[in-house]
Amino acid sequence: MSLLKDTRALMRRDQVFDFMLPPPDFEQPVDLSHGPILYLEDVSVSFDGFRALNRLNLAVDAGELRCIIGPNGAGKTTMMDVITGKTRADEGQIYFGQRIDLQKLSEYQIARGGIGRKFQKPTVFEALTVFENLELSLASDKSTWVSLGFQLSAQQKERLDYVLGLIGLGALPTRLAGALSHGQKQWLEIGMLLMQNPMVLLVDEPVAGMTAEETERTAELLTSLSGRHTVIVVEHDMAFVRSIARRVTVLHQGSVLAEGSMDRVSGDPRVIEVYLGEEA
Amino acid sequence: MLTRLLLSDRGGLIVLALLTALIIYVPIGNLLLPADSPLHVSTFTVTLLGKFLCFALLALAIDLIWGYAGILSLGHGAFFGLGGYVMGMYLTRQIGDRGVYGNPELPDFMVFMNYDSLPWYWQGFDQFWFALLMVMLVPGLLALVFGWMAFRSRVSGVYFAIITQALVFALMLAFFRNELGFGGNNGLTDFKDILGFDITARQTRVTLFVISGLCLIGAYLICRYIITSRFGRVLMAIRDAESRTRFAGYQVESYKLWLFVFSAMLAGIAGALYVPQVGIINPGEFSPIASIEAVLWVAVGGRGSLFGAIIGAFSVNGAKTWFTTVYPEVWLFALGILFVLVTLFLPRGIAGVFRTLGQWTSRKPKGDEQ
Repeated sequence: MSLLKDTRALMRRDQVFDFMLPPPDFEQPVDLSHGPILYLEDVSVSFDGFRALNRLNLAVDAGELRCIIGPNGAGKTTMMDVITGKTRADEGQIYFGQRIDLQKLSEYQIARGGIGRKFQKPTVFEALTVFENLELSLASDKSTWVSLGFQLSAQQKERLDYVLGLIGLGALPTRLAGALSHGQKQWLEIGMLLMQNPMVLLVDEPVAGMTAEETERTAELLTSLSGRHTVIVVEHDMAFVRSIARRVTVLHQGSVLAEGSMDRVSGDPRVIEVYLGEEA
Repeated sequence: MLTRLLLSDRGGLIVLALLTALIIYVPIGNLLLPADSPLHVSTFTVTLLGKFLCFALLALAIDLIWGYAGILSLGHGAFFGLGGYVMGMYLTRQIGDRGVYGNPELPDFMVFMNYDSLPWYWQGFDQFWFALLMVMLVPGLLALVFGWMAFRSRVSGVYFAIITQALVFALMLAFFRNELGFGGNNGLTDFKDILGFDITARQTRVTLFVISGLCLIGAYLICRYIITSRFGRVLMAIRDAESRTRFAGYQVESYKLWLFVFSAMLAGIAGALYVPQVGIINPGEFSPIASIEAVLWVAVGGRGSLFGAIIGAFSVNGAKTWFTTVYPEVWLFALGILFVLVTLFLPRGIAGVFRTLGQWTSRKPKGDEQ
């Protein structure tokens, strides 16, 4: 069966053979000649017969701030898993820029290449201090031998201090990350993302468990990041989404239900039925 | 750099100071003081302490991977035993024609089993440098292959612990077989000399003891360097949040593999130092129980503090020696109770007690108030 499939793949004339493609090269600037920095086409993923993603199509432009909403089980987190290499898609294509096929890369390569991710549950390195958490995430050579003799340069230290201030933890660099409050952990994780200096930030539920004031500051931070970075936010909090979103994608049962401005999306009768209708 | 490593680590400093004192005092006590002096150290004690030093080195190797990277190996005896067998092969070759059968080429058990010539894998072990190299390469290579397969398939936690048990058990069964060519059940023994020195002589014993102590101190400093570098912080990150570490751009598998191989080499060195001191290596070293016991030393001493592993190896083995001479039948019960008590009341082991005491006496760290 698979031999037949492979042979057929060789006969296709609408695409270049896989082995002819150059290996992904993150040293080169990402090819954005056609607009999107992240491009998903017909991506499907099944877990034990359950289709978490069903022919999902999504294109996100460079510098965009995109919000993704959808009811529970719509496939939001699975989508992030597929982009970051944690889960492999059963079919479909996922491209970073025009040339880099993310499905051929493993998690650490994708992370080094410029896609950073914040988890739904804030995940920081609890046994390490705030400073060390950021230092570990710093974009630099992360191979084993190099890290045995790694020293922070003055420039990197400066960047670290800058991010510390940005996430409001400037006074607590020596605090153990495990001792931080929930909101502070969320912020630290965002800071760790920034240290990686990614082109694309995937942010899963950044304001879950935050106070109103913290939520507001997070909204400000994320908005200020767009432009230089591409930010994709998955969130349940509709007020928060409304406050930051320019373009919203609604997922439902693993595929895109609607896409557009918040006003247009929230006026869509299908969206009201599957999602907003639930709340009303 | 050395001062930076030492000053940040008070418990380690104390343990290193004690070890240094031991290394200086024991040779004096054994070789210079007369046998009737109360401060005299008997040759039996020298060998016993030398054995403990080797166990401490093994415990250090386990603590490095378990305490800092969360890799629980219940099969580190495999690497210890392999290092021991390599050294045993060298020592066996040194026997020469002084064996029972007087064959200049073949060890006694091979003559007994009608071997015509030395098997290929016994070649080269008459050279000390070659044996030293193999002491590290053989366990390292096994760890590399085994670790590569396990970590690549993302086997971790309990599952990893179980397959390491299987590994050490498989080795034990293999080494029990006479056909494997390592003396089967009896192992390798009746060693005569090492590098031309009589292995039973007092001076040789003391020298081996001192070398073991120096190796332990050296290994401790290297481990300490690793865990205070960025490498060590990556390890702790892997231990606490493995997939987060991956998304931070670290190739988790290669870090684990590097550390596992390094730890296996340390265990191999420990085994190689152990064999000339006890004078025998047999498949018993590969028994699964022995490997679990080594993990117990680390748990009792305090996982994740390095110096705790040394304390644990000394205290548990000290207790074992005392019990098995005074109440031999009680020892296993005592060990079981000890483990239960440590788990219940000292989750961070003996080192944890010292750390808590240290925190009480020293003032709180600065810059931590909000």
